[in-house]
Amino acid sequence: MKSLSEIETTAKRASRAAGYSWGIAEEVGKSIRLSELFGFPGIKHLNQYYQNKKKENFNDIKLINKVNKSNGLSFCPITLGVNFIDQVKDIESLTRCSIEKLAYPLLLLPFLSRGSEIVGKKLLFSFDDSKFLLNFNTSVSSNFWNEEIPVLANQVEISFLNNEDNFSDQDWKNLYKLAEDTFVEETDSLKEGAAGAGLTDND
Amino acid sequence: MNVELRDPNIIMKLSRLGSFHQSRLSFLRSFLNEFKDWDYKKDLFDLDKDGFGIAVYSFKKRDRVYSLICYANKINDYERSDRVIATKWDAAFTLHDGVPLKEDIERLRNEVPKQEVGRLSYKELTLSRANKSVRVFDHVVESLSNGTQPNLDLLKKVGYLYRTTAVYGSGKFGLADRFRIKNREEINGPFRLEMMLVYLVRQFTFDQVNHVAKKRNPKLAVNLDSKICRNLGIGNSTGLGMAPFIVNHPTLLNNWILSREVALKKIREIKIVKTKDISLFKECVKNSIKNITSWNTESEYQLKKIKLLLQDVRKFTLFLENEFNFKKDYPFNEIYLWLEKETCEECIEYIVSIMMEPFGEIVQPLVGQMSSEEEKYFNIPTERNVKDLKKILENKYSNILKIDFNKENNNQKFWFISKNKEEPRLANRFKENGGDLEQPLAIARDIKKLYERLLSLKKNLKINQFLIDNSDLRHVVRRAFIIENFPYSEIQDNTIGENIVPIDMLRLKLSFFGALKFDPRSDKWLRICMFQGAPLPNELKNYDEQWVYKTFS
Repeated sequence: MKSLSEIETTAKRASRAAGYSWGIAEEVGKSIRLSELFGFPGIKHLNQYYQNKKKENFNDIKLINKVNKSNGLSFCPITLGVNFIDQVKDIESLTRCSIEKLAYPLLLLPFLSRGSEIVGKKLLFSFDDSKFLLNFNTSVSSNFWNEEIPVLANQVEISFLNNEDNFSDQDWKNLYKLAEDTFVEETDSLKEGAAGAGLTDND
Repeated sequence: MNVELRDPNIIMKLSRLGSFHQSRLSFLRSFLNEFKDWDYKKDLFDLDKDGFGIAVYSFKKRDRVYSLICYANKINDYERSDRVIATKWDAAFTLHDGVPLKEDIERLRNEVPKQEVGRLSYKELTLSRANKSVRVFDHVVESLSNGTQPNLDLLKKVGYLYRTTAVYGSGKFGLADRFRIKNREEINGPFRLEMMLVYLVRQFTFDQVNHVAKKRNPKLAVNLDSKICRNLGIGNSTGLGMAPFIVNHPTLLNNWILSREVALKKIREIKIVKTKDISLFKECVKNSIKNITSWNTESEYQLKKIKLLLQDVRKFTLFLENEFNFKKDYPFNEIYLWLEKETCEECIEYIVSIMMEPFGEIVQPLVGQMSSEEEKYFNIPTERNVKDLKKILENKYSNILKIDFNKENNNQKFWFISKNKEEPRLANRFKENGGDLEQPLAIARDIKKLYERLLSLKKNLKINQFLIDNSDLRHVVRRAFIIENFPYSEIQDNTIGENIVPIDMLRLKLSFFGALKFDPRSDKWLRICMFQGAPLPNELKNYDEQWVYKTFS
């Protein structure tokens, strides 16, 4: 088994060799490490992408907008990912953005995960039939576990989710009520003697 | 009195960093302190009459066990090399997490001796190999088997029986990643498990030499005297592999240097120093002279430094005895200011290290602050603007911005990774091929390039906009925002100039390891000694913390 340290170093060096700057290669190294840590085949997709890149041209996004149309070429997931974490605080105000034709969407996923941590919001990353919920860069939920992840996403959507509870008020009230069973009912003498502060604090 | 932390523009120069010495903050000393109450055990010692076979040593506390597995193999003299190109060694070692099963020992028997081309698992924490100092090893075996102790003059000259030639950790070759173990309390300090490996290897070398002597002459042989053992360490040959580490781990570097600087500041701020502390300081300075006079090297570069150091330490001793009055307020501040005025860099840093000896209560809390969660500082704050970045560069890299990289001599070298050994190398870009594959270690040059590019841009341009068209400088933009909060994170010098002395970078790291007797064999590699004078494992429960100044006493 390869260690994450080996994965990061090799992904970084390969990215430099594939023509990216050292600074971007460092970002790819971190992201592939994260992808493998989350259990996704980051190395496999990076390798396939770099092999393809020798034969095919890709579209390098610069400024990410609400709608990002393809010029015919698929978007490069690396430049999109790096620009996403750089611009995530601006993009957040768009609430959601769409990307037409993205190559190797799995390679974008760890960048989005890092973006989720930067803005402190969950992100929903969906393309075609796949959905990934990115939780503050601590975990990823997906309906795509253990399936072959496509190498091209025709229509991608990234949504910033508001910080909301995952449960109803009623669920909370019921559970809280149960939690109250660990409290002691205060008698008059407990009210007087058991608290730290006085009954009146107007001094 | 408030003493300012020393200026990074002075301290982070390579010549100053290359003058650092071990101290109470050093990792091998903090390792001993942390593991002193662990149970040490020799679990297995299965060597043949010539000392080849397997041995296992462990440290145990409650449910936690760390086991060193040693594989001693026969090699031919012509195969023995300290260089990284070697493929065989007298012994190879791994530190295993827990108690190794028979299957682990068998699995590792095929992998550990192969070192870089072997595969380890997440159950192994560190990996190393070592070669005998054949001259010393054979002499010791010969003497012990004849019932006598070895010649001390020879032992003093070399200082060890074995030299390690690399110690690997943190995920290399399949070893456990640091994230798996970083929350363990006992390893809350850099390189602690690497230090444990080296320390246990030292004990193996004593046990092996005793074993071979005994097998050679069972009736007459004696064991190596424990006092002699204590005065032997483990040698180490170190090349350029270490140099990129300190550039690639800026926040970690900061935390090492900052701890040293904070310790010095606090010591200088002590108004009245207790008599017992004064005595301990004076005693350490006096005893330490033996470490200088027994410091052997053939390197002219180092010989000059040692000569100057000895001269200045003697001058300082006279000053302490004849002129200085410890009854003054803030005596260590006075001493420090005198050192800056009267002595060389090597001596200043030497005495700074010794100043820490009496003040465990100042130093100890700093030991726990010498690691770094580097991931936390990786993201670039891209919402900041060009004005912010320019200001950081002007404040934090003022000397570097004065260097003219258009001059060939300032841009002569390039760092690269060798295809054959995957190790860092340094070469002349105007004479050798490969400059186009340069590693991102020319930080000073790239910072200057970044500054020049910022000059023509609008001040309020956000960094995320700047990076769209300037991704070639992304690596140094990240560093600039790191140094804003970590003042000692950057070497304030040119690492590609014609006059660079790479061993200064190695020396810095090795001083934090706790190495002694730096012996440069060229400007790119050196030998050192570790744990010389340190207590033996069975003495750890109660040992003299100033052992480092009491070797061969």
